[in-house]
Amino acid sequence: MRLSARPGALNGVRHLEEIKQMSDVDSQVKRPLSPHLSIYKPVPTMVVSILHRITGAALYFGVLLFAWWLIAAASGEAYFNYVNAIMGSFIGRLVLFGFTWALVQHMLGGIKHLFWDLGYGFDKKFSIRIALLTLIGSVAITGMIWLVAYAIR
Amino acid sequence: MRTPLSKVRGLGSAKDGTGHFWHQRLTSLANIPLVVFFVWQLVSLNGETYSAVIDRMSSPLVSAVMLLVVISGIYHMKLGMQVIIEDYIHGETSKLFLLICNTFFSIAVGVICAIAILKLCFVG
Repeated sequence: MRLSARPGALNGVRHLEEIKQMSDVDSQVKRPLSPHLSIYKPVPTMVVSILHRITGAALYFGVLLFAWWLIAAASGEAYFNYVNAIMGSFIGRLVLFGFTWALVQHMLGGIKHLFWDLGYGFDKKFSIRIALLTLIGSVAITGMIWLVAYAIR
Repeated sequence: MRTPLSKVRGLGSAKDGTGHFWHQRLTSLANIPLVVFFVWQLVSLNGETYSAVIDRMSSPLVSAVMLLVVISGIYHMKLGMQVIIEDYIHGETSKLFLLICNTFFSIAVGVICAIAILKLCFVG
């Protein structure tokens, strides 16, 4: 704003009033916002990127489960059996299944990021294919881990 | 590995240079084999009795690698959560508060896991 170039702008009182009016006008005008997440069509690379952050945050709190299990094992048989029973319940297994998937998805997404850090894999079609592959891969690997876990029991 | 000029100029707005970025990548690389080991251990211990779990966890090799899983994993998740906080929390006070919580939480969980692993290793 070229306030000082306008006649009378150096008059202190008027100057302040003008600024106040302008700032009122500013707050009333609907200014255009830059495009935000909600207006984009979800593409695989974007979905995997968002999932990477969500799974990361979930694992951050999910690690408490592992800490709890370790403490239980270190505390003695009675408490270990108690915690083991909770984790072996239907809800417990469901949470652990989700934890496994989050871990695998975050790892596959992370490996993709390591290749991006090295400068590989930025081609449009290739990066979309890799993003889809991490999604399919995470579900397949999680399923395999649980199949093996049940098979060796 | 830093020149004096980069020391005063290259630290960026977070004031810690490229250290955060590099440590995030370093731990992510370490986490790949460590997590495979971690998942393999837990899968094979699935549904096992208390004595079988103690037996496995008191093996020096298993507890050593489990300790590495905890150190690398928890440092990695501390760095990751820091980025999430810095991205979404804009108030200076709440940001500082959450960053402190993040550090305390990570160190607390890490120490708890480490103590449990060491106890299982040395005492059983």
